[in-house]
Amino acid sequence: MTRFRLEQRVEPSTAGRYAGYAVAVGLAGCMGGIVFLLVGANPLTAYTVMARGAFGSLHDLSEIVVKAIPLMLCGLAVGVAAKIQVWNVGGEGQLVLGGIGAAGVALFLAPRVPPSLVLPLVVAAGFLAGALWAFLAGILRTTLGVNEILTTLMLNYVAIYWVEHLYFGPWRDPMGMGFPGTAILPEVAWLPRLPGTRIHLGLALALLAAVLLQAVLSRTRWGYEMRVIGENEQAARYAGMPIQRTILWVMCLSGGLAGLAGMTEVSGIHYRLQQGLAVGYGYTGIIVAWLARLHPGGIVLAALFLASLLVGGDQLQAVMHLPSAVGLVLEGALLFCVLGSDLFSRYRLRWWTSRA
Amino acid sequence: MAEPAICLRGITKRFPGVLANDGIDLSIGTGMIHALLGENGAGKTTLMNVLAGRYRPDAGEILRAGVPVRFRSPRDALRAGIGMVHQHVMLVANHTVAENVALGLDAPRCLLRWRHIEDQVRRLSETYGLPVDPHARVGELSLGQQQRVEILKLLQRNVTLLILDEPTAVLTPTEIAALFVTLRRIAREGRSVIFITHKLDEVMEIADRITVLRRGRCVADLVPADVDNRRELARLMVGREVLLDIHREPVPPGEVVLELRNCSGDDARGHPAFRNMSFAVRRGEVFAIVGVAGNGQAQLLAALAGSASFSSGQALLFGKPLESAGCRARDQVGYIPEDRAAVGSVSGLDLTDNVLLTTYHRFCRRGVLQRRAARARTQGLLARFQVAAAGPDALGRQLSGGNLQKLILARELSKEPRLIIADQPTHGLDIGATMNVWNELLRQRARAGILLVSGDLTEVLSLSDRIAVIFRGELMGILSAADPEAIAEIGPMLAGVRQG
Amino acid sequence: MNLHTLTFVLSITLQSSMAVLFATIGEVFTERSGVLNLGVEGVMLMGALSGFATAYGTQSLALGMVAAMLVGGGLSLVHALFTITVRANQVVCGLALTAVGMGLSSFLGRPLIGRVGARFSAWPIPLLSDVPVLGSALFNQATPVYLAYALVPAVWFFLFHTRAGLNLRSVGENPAAADSAGIPVLATRYVWTAFGGMMAGLGGAYLSLAYTPGWKENMTSGQGWIAIAMVIFGLWNPWRAALGAFLFGGVNAVQFTLEANQITLVPSYILRMLPYLFTIAILVLITRSKAIRARVSAPAGLGVPFEREE
Repeated sequence: MTRFRLEQRVEPSTAGRYAGYAVAVGLAGCMGGIVFLLVGANPLTAYTVMARGAFGSLHDLSEIVVKAIPLMLCGLAVGVAAKIQVWNVGGEGQLVLGGIGAAGVALFLAPRVPPSLVLPLVVAAGFLAGALWAFLAGILRTTLGVNEILTTLMLNYVAIYWVEHLYFGPWRDPMGMGFPGTAILPEVAWLPRLPGTRIHLGLALALLAAVLLQAVLSRTRWGYEMRVIGENEQAARYAGMPIQRTILWVMCLSGGLAGLAGMTEVSGIHYRLQQGLAVGYGYTGIIVAWLARLHPGGIVLAALFLASLLVGGDQLQAVMHLPSAVGLVLEGALLFCVLGSDLFSRYRLRWWTSRA
Repeated sequence: MAEPAICLRGITKRFPGVLANDGIDLSIGTGMIHALLGENGAGKTTLMNVLAGRYRPDAGEILRAGVPVRFRSPRDALRAGIGMVHQHVMLVANHTVAENVALGLDAPRCLLRWRHIEDQVRRLSETYGLPVDPHARVGELSLGQQQRVEILKLLQRNVTLLILDEPTAVLTPTEIAALFVTLRRIAREGRSVIFITHKLDEVMEIADRITVLRRGRCVADLVPADVDNRRELARLMVGREVLLDIHREPVPPGEVVLELRNCSGDDARGHPAFRNMSFAVRRGEVFAIVGVAGNGQAQLLAALAGSASFSSGQALLFGKPLESAGCRARDQVGYIPEDRAAVGSVSGLDLTDNVLLTTYHRFCRRGVLQRRAARARTQGLLARFQVAAAGPDALGRQLSGGNLQKLILARELSKEPRLIIADQPTHGLDIGATMNVWNELLRQRARAGILLVSGDLTEVLSLSDRIAVIFRGELMGILSAADPEAIAEIGPMLAGVRQG
Repeated sequence: MNLHTLTFVLSITLQSSMAVLFATIGEVFTERSGVLNLGVEGVMLMGALSGFATAYGTQSLALGMVAAMLVGGGLSLVHALFTITVRANQVVCGLALTAVGMGLSSFLGRPLIGRVGARFSAWPIPLLSDVPVLGSALFNQATPVYLAYALVPAVWFFLFHTRAGLNLRSVGENPAAADSAGIPVLATRYVWTAFGGMMAGLGGAYLSLAYTPGWKENMTSGQGWIAIAMVIFGLWNPWRAALGAFLFGGVNAVQFTLEANQITLVPSYILRMLPYLFTIAILVLITRSKAIRARVSAPAGLGVPFEREE
């Protein structure tokens, strides 16, 4: 009788990992195809439309970068927290808070400060607002041990209701002509763009954040402490590492990064606080981080990949009248497939025949 | 000898990188207590796990009353009447004794009548001399009591073969005697008992038959009458003349490095864990705290390490209060934790990172980690302490138990500590690795004072200058190892009789 | 406040708590077996959609409920496959399941938005519903509510007084011990994860077939997450978890009543935030309570994949 079992490898296999990725993408593609068939669409046509929509023109390519910016920041946010086994699912809410902070400073503080200071203040406000939102969940976790997944999630809903209230109510543009939102932010608070595209300075912020994060993780003592805490909290305690303090500041950093995402959307794309800020970048950030295995460089690439799915999905809506939510389905399926493919790098299939 | 109840023939079991059992034959008779003897790593537990259905053998067969049987899981083995009490308790801590005993029984089928089950538990515990309260939460029982619950579970299922893996490790001498009475009773009823141990005295006292394993093979199968003395058994176990006595030169004691004055502390739940601890450790001496696991040692060590605090009393490290001990003072303490894989090292990181674990402060310059220097240092330590590893980039989980302990020792000693706290440092190691650790610790006496916490009397007697016995969180007495009369008192002290 | 309003508030409380109640009971069982299923939100949405779609197509409410349970159970089996057999990270799996559930339900449910389908109507129980206040609040409800009344004591009894319940609890607390005692750990986890999904699907179907009714994108608005929070609040006990669901329903009812009567005591946006802030508050409360923490905590084996070394 031939039997087989899964045996844990001593060292994760890199070849296995890349093979796994390839298999995952292929498998997710098939699952997406099934979903298309379910709604009566031809999968091949659908994928072609998506590809053409995402890579067809220079404009489309630039749009991928535009969408990738908040994904990079949210992905980094989730990734840095996940490194120490803290799950920040509140990227969405922290992003919104970042937008609120940025808009608030731009609308109410900008007239009173010298123009050269406005943009730095807006950036700082975005970061701090997001950090504060995450801090709330962080402090509950470190002092009381409340599960941060649930608190950050609940705060998402609170943030979204709050921002709605703000741009429908007290911050509403009196000359808005029925369209809910704040007034347009003063130009001095706008993030400069690459001419001809919508790519804004946020890209530099995102890339800088990725580079800094990678450097901190691999070369500094805080990065080392984070790696140990993430791998084995008991050993970290034995080594006398300040675990609760690390969790707290990592949460704040995480929230700040997501806040920056919100700030870049407000100051770089919409130029006002309005509907359409909370579109799921916070949640997609989780997928980005996990696909990249929490590696900052990989997060940049994964963000670009997922952004292309989003842009392609938009095209799907325009051309084939299919709901763009298919993007979310594909992302979820991809995540599952990657989780499954992880199996091949961590485990090895062993066959043997035993005498019956 | 009557028809053997169970026969193992040619059992072979492999794990990645190690041949744990190599073609072992074993016959167990009815109504007998059969001892399975061997040092750590000989393959005793693996063999019994095969017999109890937890592992499946790569080759060989199990015969029950002459008929080959195959166990696909512990359930099959239990149905065949074979049950095992493992070294690490397999009980649900949050459940009561009754719930644990009821687990896995074939009857009653659907509805559980708790009162009925509790009565059964009481009846069994009376019959076999295993007193437990059916309502008690298992997590709050002592390890000795938990062991009784495990045995009751198996008796409830009417096992015909009872396997015990190192049962006396967690018992006081009185409890050990009580256990032996229970086992003899079980054997008299016609059941069989297999007793895994590495302690030679117990084997001579309780066994009707002895099988010795060494490096995965069966090297001897005899009755106690055949054995001349313990030395011969030891030789069979290890394969060479074992120096059961270690050479310990006296070192003149120096200044006090650690002093506790009337210290008390609580456990994580807030219950008192240890009280009125007073002792001092000097440079040049090995001060041992010996006691059965679970008597407050873990909490005391946590307070010394700084992860918990003392509720009262004063602790002085190098003459200064422990609470205000800064980085520099703590850096001069080498702490070897009991759980080397889960606490003392990080299995998923490489050896350089593992060496950095308690020494990374020395490799930081303005926040930046000097990884290259750390790597070179790790390489040096691996060589000097003869750690068998692929290099400083190998992962922690690739090291064997003995080598991992060598690495941890190397790391802690590289700090040039003035105080070394060693918690069960040779637990789970074979004789070679054990001697290694002992010699290294003794060598450190020139520079440091050593606080040894252990449950192993042999270890404590071999290494220590002074011995304190801990029981239920209090020190029953402090003895000098040189005094032969005092040594005889250790036994009763372990069970709670105070010195004097 | 007069009796009529009290009855009204009580009735709304019960109705608002049902979806969370079903989902939280299911998750109690899943977590008691040692598996963390964070995909409840996605499963509820798919349950709501499939329940509504089936009832819309077949005009049968019963079939709708069954379909919701099957879909919920099926999705949770996927989660089980990845967490139990593939041994992937349980948190990420659950989040992926939520994403898939949310996306898939939005995607497939587009044509059904705004459609009017079959719905449960209140079915007053004779005699009992004539009892003032309590009677008319408790016994003048849709059928699924009565199902819930029976469900809670039934699952409590099952958990603590049957062999299967003991096995389930042991698997979650100490899978190695359960395995040694001969209990099939992996199979047990699969079964109870599927059950949890079925209950979540049922909760979703309640929303689309009785509460709202109809289909709307993301109509659960986080109730799946709240259900998970209630498991913690309830300390993994079905009665207490049901109490949590009931309290949540109460907050909802207060919000509803204040808005309906246009009482501007509290601004409406804060009212809408209330259920979520409330959830945070009770989580804080329960983790803070030292007396409770010392005695009861999460199943010790929760979230940790089980591997018997062979």
